[in-house]
Amino acid sequence: MGLSRSSTGKGLYSARAETMKTESGDIFALLAGNPNVGKSTVFNSLTGMKQHTGNWTGKTVSGAVGKCNFNGNNYILTDLPGCYSLSSHSREEEVARDGIYFEKYDKAVIVCDASCLERNFFLVLQILEVTDKAVICVNLLDEANKKGLYIDTELISKRVGIPVIGMSARKGKEAYNLLPNLKGENETSFEIKYQKYIEDYIMDVSAILCGKGITKKKSRVFALRVLDSEKSFISKLAEAYKILDEDKKQIESLAESLIKNKCSSDINKVIDDISFSLSEAASSLLTGATKEKKKNTSRRYQKIDAFLTGKFTGFPIMFLMLLGILWLTVVGANYPSALLSRFFSFFEEQVFAFLTSIKLLPILKSIICEGIIRVTGWVVAVMLPPMAIFFPLFTILEDIGFLPRIAFNLDRCFKKCSACGKQALTMCMGFGCNAAGVVGCRIIDSPRERLIAILTNSFMPCNGRFPMLITIITIFFAMSSGLLSAAILGFIIFIAILVTLVFSKILSSTILKGEPSSFILELPPYRTPEVGKVIVRSIFDRTLFVLGRAVSVAAPTGLVIWLLANIDVGNASLLITISEFLEPFGNIMGLDGVILLAFILGLPANEIVIPIIMMCYMSSGSLMEYSSISELKSLLINNGWNTVTAINMIIFTVFHWPCSTTIITIKKECGSSYKTLAAVLLPTLIGIFLCITVNLISKLL
Amino acid sequence: MKKGDCGIIKKLNNKGTIRRRLIEVGFIPGSTVEYVCKSPLGDPKAYFVKDTVIALRKEDSSNIVIEYI
Repeated sequence: MGLSRSSTGKGLYSARAETMKTESGDIFALLAGNPNVGKSTVFNSLTGMKQHTGNWTGKTVSGAVGKCNFNGNNYILTDLPGCYSLSSHSREEEVARDGIYFEKYDKAVIVCDASCLERNFFLVLQILEVTDKAVICVNLLDEANKKGLYIDTELISKRVGIPVIGMSARKGKEAYNLLPNLKGENETSFEIKYQKYIEDYIMDVSAILCGKGITKKKSRVFALRVLDSEKSFISKLAEAYKILDEDKKQIESLAESLIKNKCSSDINKVIDDISFSLSEAASSLLTGATKEKKKNTSRRYQKIDAFLTGKFTGFPIMFLMLLGILWLTVVGANYPSALLSRFFSFFEEQVFAFLTSIKLLPILKSIICEGIIRVTGWVVAVMLPPMAIFFPLFTILEDIGFLPRIAFNLDRCFKKCSACGKQALTMCMGFGCNAAGVVGCRIIDSPRERLIAILTNSFMPCNGRFPMLITIITIFFAMSSGLLSAAILGFIIFIAILVTLVFSKILSSTILKGEPSSFILELPPYRTPEVGKVIVRSIFDRTLFVLGRAVSVAAPTGLVIWLLANIDVGNASLLITISEFLEPFGNIMGLDGVILLAFILGLPANEIVIPIIMMCYMSSGSLMEYSSISELKSLLINNGWNTVTAINMIIFTVFHWPCSTTIITIKKECGSSYKTLAAVLLPTLIGIFLCITVNLISKLL
Repeated sequence: MKKGDCGIIKKLNNKGTIRRRLIEVGFIPGSTVEYVCKSPLGDPKAYFVKDTVIALRKEDSSNIVIEYI
């Protein structure tokens, strides 16, 4: 349900096959299937891991691996990204294809959506052509039954020759019904019949290969792939199937002459014919296996869509939804924030008293209380509540299925900027966590458009920056009105979206020139989210995530600040020296040296920027303790802040370098240091420019 | 196509990767397509094909030849 601790931040890279310890006797299974059919739900249900789920296509972009123990057997499951077919168009589909073709597994579990089996079976049959080691899982059975659709899994199983298990994976432990079927042998009992000219060609290929120890099935697959795949894949396949080079060359020339003679050199014709035969086979396999008892109720969902994407209602509704979530976040966070603040003040006092009583060195006492506890406490008290509220709300939206509609509505804007409409989806992901948004850009096929999406992703203020923005807005602009706060935040996000579009356009007209690529987006049916479950798990998950970060990032940073403030260089502390050095730069931007220093030190996590600013002001000024927003306000004003400073602070919060996790992620996704540098410089330069401009304007007024 | 219109796909004139994508997603000659709705900005439009709603841009949908029923 939504982005979880293990699918954001560092968790993105920790679930990998290399880190999994396996033993012999373990049963390996791959989870494959169309996007958005519930593979990750099945995976999470069996392994207890929390991969990213939600109601839109393209969430699983890396192949997570998990373990499951049942009835004395150890199962290792790999959750592949969804794909509509094994011919890959994007990196994530390549992961799925290579998994099916080249990985060693005991069974491939092909997960299908019961409501659209025919389309799903296109992929099913492609997979069954490659391997007998498969099991079909007909998921989302509850949804289909509600629509009056009943699936005869026994019939399908008899026709196909492999087990077919129906279930609704989100309900309890139904996914466990799959596990007993992962052992044992299968043999598929049908073969797809292609057009005569293709079948003749396949026979010729078999004649070449069968004498050399290659099975009939493999030679069939190889013959077809030479016709419709790219050269690199064909070579890889030949190597895996142990096909000799001269045979491969012979088969390739057979294929060439086939295309020349039978298709008038139009490679599309043979690809079409292969696809057509697959589609026909899927259709005939499923005839009579699906019974419709009620009239199609998809009309009801279309009414909602008419509303959401209507000419005059679409955008206002989207805007209102965003405003609503922001308002709930702002208002809902107030009380817990105040409570946590008081708690940490109290905690710090107690620890201070205790350490005094055991006569701990004053330096150590100071480090612990004023350094570590204070910063950590601030992070938890102020940052945690908004994050813990926003996330569940966002997740519910995701689970319902609104995100694709947002992309649907905004696509035209993106097309005008020569970018991909799916960028709207990656921007939504970036809302939650910039690093996850960057990884999510894998759903964009065209490398050019993917790069644009990655470079502009950090313009969207992530979950860690929300509390910063809310704090500043509350102090300087909307002291008592939660609604006004939310509205201003919504306005800021709107500006961020505009800037994203503008810069996508600039990038695609200059250094990333190219044609707009195709855009095909599935609009899944609306699903009722399990609100209670989502809220509880998400709050719990998010809380742990923030606490974890608070401890691993904020605490050490508190220590660093304390050291900077108490180690002297010349006749002033390091802190003062560095911030004075940065002061002129800060002033041009309408900020000051401390703020810049805070942003620099806030590289690991944006949540600690404001605590750093506070620590710096407090250590070089009066040792004031705060426990409320109004005290924070006086602290800031005493240190030279005014409305212009606040505005520039907001601008720089939205437009500055990405956090370290995001930078590492960008490097991993793009591979190139230049691109990573560009991703770091672009928002920074925009931020600096905008701040300087605003500062100049304010001076002139 | 307008609201409620249905058609059977006769031919795909699209070229390149979009062609394969369309086929995989269900736009195959012989399948039924039904128009669902359009984006508030006019493009893309959503179509119901093989039990799924798919959104397509004007440039791509205009290359799909259908016969109205």
